[in-house]
Amino acid sequence: MITLKINGLPVTVDKGATLLEAIRFLGFHVPTLCHMEGLSPMGACRLCVVEIGNGNNNKLVSSCTYPAQEGLNVRTSSTRVMNARKMIIELLLATAPQSKTIQDIAAKYDVRRQRFRQRYESCILCGLCVRMCEEQMMAKAIGFRGRGDRRSIGTPFDSKSEKCRLCGGCLYVCPACELRCTYTEPDKAVCGGCANLSPPCLINYDDVMCYMDPCVACELPKE
Amino acid sequence: MSADSIRKIIDDTRDQPANIIVVLEDIQAKFGYLPEESLRVVAEETGQSLVDIYGVATFYKTFSLKPRGQHRVSVCLGTACHVRGGPSIEKAFQRALNCKTGETTDDKKFTLETVACLGACALGPIVVVDQHYFSKVTIDDVRRVVRKTLEGLDKVDITKDKSVFPVEIICSRCAHSLMDPTFLIDDYPSVRVTIYFERMHGWLRLSSVYGSYNIESEYEIPMDAVVNIFCPHCHTELKGNIPCPECHAPMVSMVVRGGGVVQICSRRGCKGHMLDVTGMN
Repeated sequence: MITLKINGLPVTVDKGATLLEAIRFLGFHVPTLCHMEGLSPMGACRLCVVEIGNGNNNKLVSSCTYPAQEGLNVRTSSTRVMNARKMIIELLLATAPQSKTIQDIAAKYDVRRQRFRQRYESCILCGLCVRMCEEQMMAKAIGFRGRGDRRSIGTPFDSKSEKCRLCGGCLYVCPACELRCTYTEPDKAVCGGCANLSPPCLINYDDVMCYMDPCVACELPKE
Repeated sequence: MSADSIRKIIDDTRDQPANIIVVLEDIQAKFGYLPEESLRVVAEETGQSLVDIYGVATFYKTFSLKPRGQHRVSVCLGTACHVRGGPSIEKAFQRALNCKTGETTDDKKFTLETVACLGACALGPIVVVDQHYFSKVTIDDVRRVVRKTLEGLDKVDITKDKSVFPVEIICSRCAHSLMDPTFLIDDYPSVRVTIYFERMHGWLRLSSVYGSYNIESEYEIPMDAVVNIFCPHCHTELKGNIPCPECHAPMVSMVVRGGGVVQICSRRGCKGHMLDVTGMN
C-alpha cells in the first residue's frame, strides 16, 4: 500500500495504481480524453496533467500514466496546472473544434477562444480507438501510421481490414469524430452554451447541431 | 517478388527474435522497397499483426512502400544548407527531374528526397546521390549532377586511375583464355566463366579491369550467395587454396597471362581479392 497526498489530503492506494486513480478515488476532478477504464493508459491527450514534487523540484506529469509513489505531493489544480491545461485545451480546440467532448471541456475551463491556426481534423490521435480495437475487441485492425505531422490512425494500406468485424467500438470511444456544435457561425465553434442550463435555442437557430439538449448558446452574453 | 523469397529472409533472421526492423531492412535491400504483399507475408510468418508492421514500415524514413528509382537524390535541407539555398536546389532538382519531392520520375531512374541534416554543414548545400556526396551545389550544378549520375557514379576512369588496369585471364588448368571480346564490361573484354549456385548453372562475366567489381550474370545472384566458378572449357572448378580474408568464403583462383595469380572471393558482394604477381614482368 502506498500513501500519498493529493491537494493536501492523504490517500492510500494499492501498489501499481496511477495518480489518476488516486485522484478520482478522492473525488477531485481531472479532465481526461484518452483515458478509459479497461484500456491501458497512454498519456496522449495530456489533459490529466498534474503537478508533483515540492519546492523547486516541481514538475508536471500526466496523472493517467504516472504510478503512485510513497509520500508524493500532488496538486491537481495549481496555477501552473491550470495554465498548462488551458493551453492543452486550446491546442485540442485548434485541432478538432467540432468535437463535442472537447467543447464541453473547454466550456468547463472557461476557454472561449484559441490562439492557434485553426484546423478541422477529425482526429486528435488520442489512440482510444486503437487501444479499444486491440485490447477489448482483440482485433488489431487499426493502428498508428507514419510519424510527426503525418501521423495518422487507420488500417494498413488504407484498405479494408480483414481483421475488422465492424464492431463499431472505435466509433463508440472516439471523442473527436462526433458532429460539431456549430453555434450560429460555423467558424467560431466554441460556444460553451452546453455548460449552461436554460431553455433551448433550437427555435432561434436552424443550424445548431449540438446533441446537448438544451443548448443555450444564444443566452450567453455577447462579448 | 515471391512469398518464398520473403520467407527465406525471415528464416535468415530467425535468431534475432521479434526484430521486425531487421527483416524489413533485408526485404528493402532485396526489392528496393517494401511491397505490400511482403508485409502481409511478414505478418503471417512472424505472428505479429499487420498493423504493427505497417506502423514500423511507415514510421522510419528508411523504409519506402513505393518502388523507388534507380538513383536516390537526397537534398539536404538542414539549417545550414537551408540558409545557403537548399530549398532552391530542391526546386532546381524538381525542375531538372520533372518530379516532386518524395516522388520517383516516370522512367524510374530517380527518386527525389530531402534530408534534415547530413552533418557536413560546412560543405552545404549538400546533395547526396547514391552515397556520393556533392558539396556546395549551385543551381547550375544540378543538371551536371543528374548527367553524371546517368553516366554512372561508380565508373572508374581506366586511362587516368593507376590502381585500375585491365588483365588477361586464363584457366589455371587448361590454360585456355577466359577472355570474351564479344562481351564488353567497362569497355574491355570480359572474363567468361560458368557458375553454379542454388542448383542453377549459368554464365557469369566479370570485368577484366583489376579494381572494378562490375559483373554480368545469366541469373540474378543474390547478395551474400557463395557461388562455385568453373572454367567454361575444361569444366574444372577454379578453386583457390585459401579462404577469403574478408569473409572466409572459398576463393576463386585464376591465372593472369604473363604470370601471376589473381584470387577473388566467391561470395556475391564481397570485395575480397588478391593479386599475386610473382614472375610477372
